[in-house]
Amino acid sequence: MKAGSNLEKVLTAGHFALTSELGPPKGNDVAIIQKKVDFLRGNVDAVNVTDNQTAIVRMASMAACSFVRQMGMEPVMQMVCRDRNRIAMQSDIMGATALGIQNLVCLTGDHHTFGNQVHAKNVHDLDSVTLIDMVRTMRDNQTLMGGEEKIDGEIKMFIGGAANPFADPFEFRALRLAKKATAGVDFIQTQCIYDMDRFREWMKMVRDLGVHEKVYILAGVTPLKSAGMARYMAKNVAGIIIPDKLIDRMAKAEKGVDEGIKICVEQIQELREMEGVHGIHIMAIEWEHMVGRIAETAGLLPRPAVE
Amino acid sequence: MIKAEQKPIEEILGYLEPYGKIILSGCGACVTVCHSGGEKEVALLAESLKMARNKDAKPLEIVEITPARQCEPEFAAELGDLVEGAEAILSLSCGVGVQTLARTYGAMAVLPGVNVVFMGETVMHGQWEERCQACGNCILEKTGGVCPIARCAKQLLNGPCGGSSRGKCEIKRETDCAWQMIFDRLKTLGQLHKLTEIIPAKNWGTESRDMGPRRMVREDLKV
Amino acid sequence: METGPGIFNPKIIAFCCEQSGIPALEMAESAKLELAANLEVRPVPCAGRIETVFLLQALENGADGVLVFACHEENCQYLRGNIRAKSRLSYAQDRLARIGLEKERLEICNLAANCGKKFAEVLKDKVEQLRKLGPNPFSRRH
Repeated sequence: MKAGSNLEKVLTAGHFALTSELGPPKGNDVAIIQKKVDFLRGNVDAVNVTDNQTAIVRMASMAACSFVRQMGMEPVMQMVCRDRNRIAMQSDIMGATALGIQNLVCLTGDHHTFGNQVHAKNVHDLDSVTLIDMVRTMRDNQTLMGGEEKIDGEIKMFIGGAANPFADPFEFRALRLAKKATAGVDFIQTQCIYDMDRFREWMKMVRDLGVHEKVYILAGVTPLKSAGMARYMAKNVAGIIIPDKLIDRMAKAEKGVDEGIKICVEQIQELREMEGVHGIHIMAIEWEHMVGRIAETAGLLPRPAVE
Repeated sequence: MIKAEQKPIEEILGYLEPYGKIILSGCGACVTVCHSGGEKEVALLAESLKMARNKDAKPLEIVEITPARQCEPEFAAELGDLVEGAEAILSLSCGVGVQTLARTYGAMAVLPGVNVVFMGETVMHGQWEERCQACGNCILEKTGGVCPIARCAKQLLNGPCGGSSRGKCEIKRETDCAWQMIFDRLKTLGQLHKLTEIIPAKNWGTESRDMGPRRMVREDLKV
Repeated sequence: METGPGIFNPKIIAFCCEQSGIPALEMAESAKLELAANLEVRPVPCAGRIETVFLLQALENGADGVLVFACHEENCQYLRGNIRAKSRLSYAQDRLARIGLEKERLEICNLAANCGKKFAEVLKDKVEQLRKLGPNPFSRRH
């Protein structure tokens, strides 16, 4: 066991894992976290707590994770490279592990110009690959980055990362995941999948490199709410591909929400059959109350209890 | 070369309010190449400033000069004869030239007339793009001649990020993704294996701009 | 054209291309068409020879308005001189707008060698326009 988190235990035991996501409040109203946790508790193995996603200022992931823990759920902390240098990052990791946080997803981060503090200084001291390497050094070497300074205590983190089979250059995406594996990533969550063919192709490239045997892969899904949402995402969000036939299906549906959930469940069932896919990551930001319904309909409940 | 853009004229007029006679110094190097501070631009700006001040009945006398460069003592000295009677210098050179003049003519205000925007390439006549950020340790050998520090919005050394789509950067549709370009170049060169090697985090704090104002010395030349 | 005390005759500097503007001017003169009272003609071999700074210097030195007479866009004997002139004039207008100078004080007119009538009309319209705008406040005081 690298960290002994619930997520790690579920995956190590060979179960099909299920995680989801919640965004912390745009302030310090803890009741907002409580509400989301109440929807998710028991429906997933662990929940990602985003880190100033889309560069919009929210309560720090670490603080929100600490509350999530207190409220009876296992958090997955997220850390982006955009806002912190290596000093702050290592310091935060020490703090996070001291607070009992055992999962950390290492990300580059959305560009600051997307957010609500556009004049900020862009940090990017590290990138996601060197961040993964740094956390691995802290955990397995018990030193800071650079290998010299000893850390007081043990840093037990289950290290996560992201992968985007829908970004370009396509022929490099599996290789980039391999690079993260070399750097020490334990599990990854993919960007949300709509184009199954492309995902299948990517999984084949991943398997050809043997990466699925080194890294747990959780396939990302996001339920659509309407044809409008689908069209918007396809047009405006870089790195998301939505096939026309899905948009058509949403447009023709009587109730967009129900069709969206139906599609999501179908996707989960299809992904479950793919070799090398070890679980699902449901991203239903501000729609957390749907996660339980999706999990149940997809036959993923109850979640396994591991010792 | 260094690329710069002239400051808005309202800002320059604001700087010049207290003065009745100034030297307007262009520079024959970088700012000439990007058409913001060469001899022609000096003439145009002088006319515009004089006209604006004529309207307010506070005429401004301008002495124009465009040395080959402003960033070296010999060239900065060219203004020496003109300084008598002038109250300030408006310099259209980059920040380097402005500071060299300020150091040389310590008793006079030296005002910047341009904003340096980046070091870059002339892509075509009239269009310039950023190429270098003086990071102190060039890795262009590893990246097929495309710099991720200057041309990746997140300065990734192990990119691309998940926002690279159809060769473009997520932050602006017109911006090419540097890592797509790096990939394409290395592929053409038959050097894709270089992309599988992890490039370690940069020593920003000790080799680059965050180490404080940098200095370069050649003892053998200091004779 | 009215002249006399109390009548403002705006000073117009006309840069005239020798392929179009000058012949048009000569045609207007031989037809004895009325031309602006306070006109200064500056011949250039091609409108493309006009540097942007000439336009500004003309205004700063006392012109109330500056006109450029150039060949029609497809007809420049130096290929793109008239297009360069248009672009430079536009650049000058934008720059000078920032200090408050009215766009109308700078104008380019495309014509052919046999357009004596058009030449005179354009001048007449410009005089009317400049009378409404008043003398150029950006000129140096004499």
